[in-house]
Amino acid sequence: MDVWNPHIERLPKAQLEALQLRLLKMQTRRMWELSPFYHERMRSAGVMPGDIKTLVDAKRLPFMTKKDLRDGYPNKLMMRDRGNLLRYHASSGTTGKATIVGYTKNDLENWSESLARAMTSFGLGKNDVIQVANTYGLFSGGLGFHYATEKLGATVIPASTGNTDRQLDLICDLEVTAMAATPSYLMYLGEVAEKRGIDIRKDTKLRYGLLGGEPWSDKMRDRIYEKMGIRGINCFGASELSGPMFMECAEQDGIHFWGDLALLEIVDPDTGEPLEPGQKGEMVVTMLQKEAFPIMRYRMGDITSIMEEPCPCGRAHPRITRIQGRVDDMIIIRGINVFPSQVEHSLMQHSELGNEFQLVVDRKGHLDTMLVRAELKPEAFTDNIIELNALRERISNRLKNVLNVSAKVELVQPGTLPRFEGKAKRVMDRREY
Amino acid sequence: MSENDKYRIKQLSIFSENRPNRLGAVAKVLKEGKINILGFSIAEGAGYGVIRVLVDNPVTARDLLTKEGFVVKFTEVLAIQMQDTPGGLFDLTDQMKDINIEYGYGYRSPPYAVLIVRVEDIEKGIESLLAGGLRLLDNVNFH
Ligand SMILES: [Zn+2]
Repeated sequence: MDVWNPHIERLPKAQLEALQLRLLKMQTRRMWELSPFYHERMRSAGVMPGDIKTLVDAKRLPFMTKKDLRDGYPNKLMMRDRGNLLRYHASSGTTGKATIVGYTKNDLENWSESLARAMTSFGLGKNDVIQVANTYGLFSGGLGFHYATEKLGATVIPASTGNTDRQLDLICDLEVTAMAATPSYLMYLGEVAEKRGIDIRKDTKLRYGLLGGEPWSDKMRDRIYEKMGIRGINCFGASELSGPMFMECAEQDGIHFWGDLALLEIVDPDTGEPLEPGQKGEMVVTMLQKEAFPIMRYRMGDITSIMEEPCPCGRAHPRITRIQGRVDDMIIIRGINVFPSQVEHSLMQHSELGNEFQLVVDRKGHLDTMLVRAELKPEAFTDNIIELNALRERISNRLKNVLNVSAKVELVQPGTLPRFEGKAKRVMDRREY
Repeated sequence: MSENDKYRIKQLSIFSENRPNRLGAVAKVLKEGKINILGFSIAEGAGYGVIRVLVDNPVTARDLLTKEGFVVKFTEVLAIQMQDTPGGLFDLTDQMKDINIEYGYGYRSPPYAVLIVRVEDIEKGIESLLAGGLRLLDNVNFH
């Protein structure tokens, strides 16, 4: 199997860690010198760049959370001026304000580099035709794979989402070999193909699914393979890191985190104390080379563990197990992150609704659906069905605008939704992965 | 007060969410309150509905239902008497063509039949229906 960047990917563990330390020192110094935000954070935590003498010292650096990104909107966390920025992406924030991520030329290069290494590591190369069925636009999933495919030298089909019939035509006619999508969309595509009498295994060259953006399981991977003969490659990313970034190698046993790009830690979600390798906890990431939008010990909210043993593929870059959950109440619907706080914020704009709400997530066929149940205030009730329907429509449109994913709205009688003492549990996730 | 006010009839409009047997729950409360149902209809919204009920004691009915957690509102409607014979409804429609009717429902009340309507402008509606020679039922027939 080919290796995209042998020099970096084949570094032995000790040398990789030495490189990480060198990069961490440089990165913390740049943050200290260039960014008032990080300077102040480090000062408050009582740590200076010179205090980082080993990788273990990373734990002296302050954590960052999603709240910092929200408070930093739009440009406070940007460490390069506009003249050096080449692109912005945005992801929805926790209460309606988006998180804006800026990229310099090097940031875009490293992003593509990361995916090009990953794609090569499980066997893709310049003869492949890769259909990107992730959303193009502000969401980083589409363009991320797009430019990585070009860097790899493979052929990219920028299909974006939707129009499944056309997606299938392209797969057949252009001899697509790999497709980037959410696992549930790939399953759906399989069903449409079946209805059209297309046998993906026999009638197409599609062999790899670059899958991520939503939780899924090995069981689903098996189903995808049995049904279509497509190997599902697990992909991890987040807009804070750049976008989709890391994937499994051909061993398909854990996702490689390129050590020269990211410093990975697993901490106890309650105490923030670093955990031993192999222990399950919250993923914390420091990006070591990002210029425009660096992040320092960013708490991802994802639960996973680091696999320390060397990968049979020969790469010493650390691997993580499948994401096993979240520390917060974030849910992922059709590849889009949704926080109940966003829903709450959006519903609050309607004076006709009470304060309680419930989010019911289901999987119909292979597509996720979201139902938002909200209590109608007695004084807002009207005998006029047309007005009630219009209200429901307004609520639904606003949710769609805020969440970027459509939600069905159900108006319910006041007092009927569950009340909570202490932490509210507003999400009912009925999906099975 | 207008003398036409006697034609205004208090209908209960009850918000009904999309759960099984909401109508049964409403009927149970009315039964236990010994309230007699004179007529009703159900309107379907998107995932919810409105149950519209005419009862002999609307204020008590509203209080009982509200106590049980229902969202209830009074809506003023008109009751038009029709012949309980073929063509009964047709005979009315000509006189009604100038009024804007939001909804309506009917029931038999021998020897007559009754058409309940909710009109956009109730005062004008009453005038226009009376002028057309239709017979409106006085609310004493209900409450
Ligand atoms: Zn490997």
